Amino acid sequence: MSAILELQGVKKAFGAVVVADDQSWSLQPGEALGVLGPNGAGKTSMFNLVTGTLSTDAGTIRLDGQDITGWSAAKRCRAGIARSFQVPQPFAHMTVFENAYVAATQGAGLSGRAAEAHCLDVLDRTGLVAKSNVQAGGLTLLERKRLELSRALCAKPRVILLDEIAGGLTENECQSLIQTIRDVHATGVSIVWIEHVVHALLAVVSRLMVIDFGRKIAEGEPQAIMQSREVKEIYLGIEADA
Amino acid sequence: MSLSVTRRTRLSTAWLFVLVPIVILLIAAPWWAGRADLRLMGEIALYMSLAVLWNLLAGYAGLVSVGQQAYVGFGGYLFFALTMLAGLHPFAALPLVVLAGFVISAPVAVLIFRLRGAYFAIGTWVVAEVFRLSFAQISSLGGGSGTSLSPSIVRSLADGRDAREAVAWWLALGAGMLVIGAVVWLLRSRQGVALTAIRDNELAARSLGIDIWRTKFTVYVVVSGLTALIGALIFLQKLRISPDAAFSANDWTAFVIFIVVIGGIGTLEGPILGTLVFFALRETLADLGTLYLIALGVVAIVIMLFAPRGLWGFLRDRWGVELFPLSRRVSGLAKKEA
Ligand SMILES: Nc1ncnc2c1ncn2[C@@H]1O[C@H](COP(=O)(O)OP(=O)(O)OP(=O)(O)O)[C@@H](O)[C@H]1O
Ligand SMILES: [Mg+2]
Repeated sequence: MSAILELQGVKKAFGAVVVADDQSWSLQPGEALGVLGPNGAGKTSMFNLVTGTLSTDAGTIRLDGQDITGWSAAKRCRAGIARSFQVPQPFAHMTVFENAYVAATQGAGLSGRAAEAHCLDVLDRTGLVAKSNVQAGGLTLLERKRLELSRALCAKPRVILLDEIAGGLTENECQSLIQTIRDVHATGVSIVWIEHVVHALLAVVSRLMVIDFGRKIAEGEPQAIMQSREVKEIYLGIEADA
Repeated sequence: MSLSVTRRTRLSTAWLFVLVPIVILLIAAPWWAGRADLRLMGEIALYMSLAVLWNLLAGYAGLVSVGQQAYVGFGGYLFFALTMLAGLHPFAALPLVVLAGFVISAPVAVLIFRLRGAYFAIGTWVVAEVFRLSFAQISSLGGGSGTSLSPSIVRSLADGRDAREAVAWWLALGAGMLVIGAVVWLLRSRQGVALTAIRDNELAARSLGIDIWRTKFTVYVVVSGLTALIGALIFLQKLRISPDAAFSANDWTAFVIFIVVIGGIGTLEGPILGTLVFFALRETLADLGTLYLIALGVVAIVIMLFAPRGLWGFLRDRWGVELFPLSRRVSGLAKKEA
């Protein structure tokens, strides 16, 4: 099977800070890949490179075998890559529903009733539907994170990139988030998920990748990775089940 | 699911019922208003149009231009040229002015969109200066001292002074309604959804599939074409044009920015309310001479301090009022929760 998303020798540096150091990895269709790494490792930067809000210094990024390295962020989204922002980026003066509607009309190319129905369905699944008419600027941090997830889903992605969406949740909320992401996964969407809440990650992904200083330092079956020396060194002092 | 999405609110529907009689009353103005009042109302309609257009540009697309006088002057001059030099009837010239505005603003957009932030603003002003200097070179339009609309063209509008004043008013009113209608239509369209998203967060907009450059380009070209139309009507009312009057940064940009900022930038109703406030101030304070400008400054500062999002922004944040049905609301939520 050929990869839906593939990075080959991707490099990016901000002056002396290397955020992507010859990164190569791929994601199979329908796969869920987890990403671990210490703060400042370059995980979010990797998403920025994949979604096109950051341009690469070298290397190629392919979607479904097609070279998208030179594409704009907008074109990549329309082609099926959506992401949630670690630091939420709501349309603050639009309502929750309208935030979702932007993604459905612009990202997924839906219109009219179909767009509306899709948004309501997604908001229902992410538990935000009751807040539909609330201005996004007035949401709490947790609700904003849920809005990030909702908007990404409204864009009908083939690949969804999730950046730390489980932090700060109660156990119940975390379980319902896991269920939501599993449901998304079950519809065939491929997932890359950056998460410090390891138990949530392990409940969904079938493969883990560890990044440090912009470099992929380990990759493989989740249990093996969690037991590996690299992960233990990085997470020394951080409880694996935090 | 029993949820549905509507754009109408009780207020916006009520507003429609108020709006229709207002429009009818305005159309009938030549029968109830004096000549001076009619002129003032025409000026208000044209300023309102400029404000609504500039707000779309700066408040929604984030294109803070201080050079829209380029298109006011362009429209005015082109209208004089088409009627006096090419011999077109004024009614035939007006649509051509809009088209020409589209055509000329497209390459300008390509050029100035390379500039960011303050450089963009400066760029728009430079473009306006280039326009002014260019039109001042055209000797058949009076060069640097300008020219008057020839009487035969004025007469071709209608017979008699009163009828002409009426026609000028209807043109201004029609242009105002066209501009507001076009902006409402644009904001309700797919492009408008994109534009509103860009207004709030460009990074998120990009990441959700919105082509920012193309959206801004469309807005710039549409706004400039319509601004040219308003320019043509302004100088049809004045009957005289000169480079300094046509490309006045004070008249066509500074006052317009004042109107939009006090009314509420980034809202559709803001510039409309702002225009009414501006003219109310001008008509009551005009006798004060220079004090009038100081008073305007004080009003602007007070509003900026107490309602940073303008008068309409203040009303909207407080009570969520919206006259034009733009936002989409989900109804049936209470039922679902119960
Ligand atoms: N636009 C930028 N300009 C300069 N430096 C940047 C920029 N974006 C990120 N960095 C730096 O690059 C490094 C990697 O940042 P990144 O956000 O990718 O880390 P991360 O792995 O997502 O960390 P965290 O777990 O804290 O979210 C950091 O040192 C950060 O300060
Ligand atoms: Mg990060």
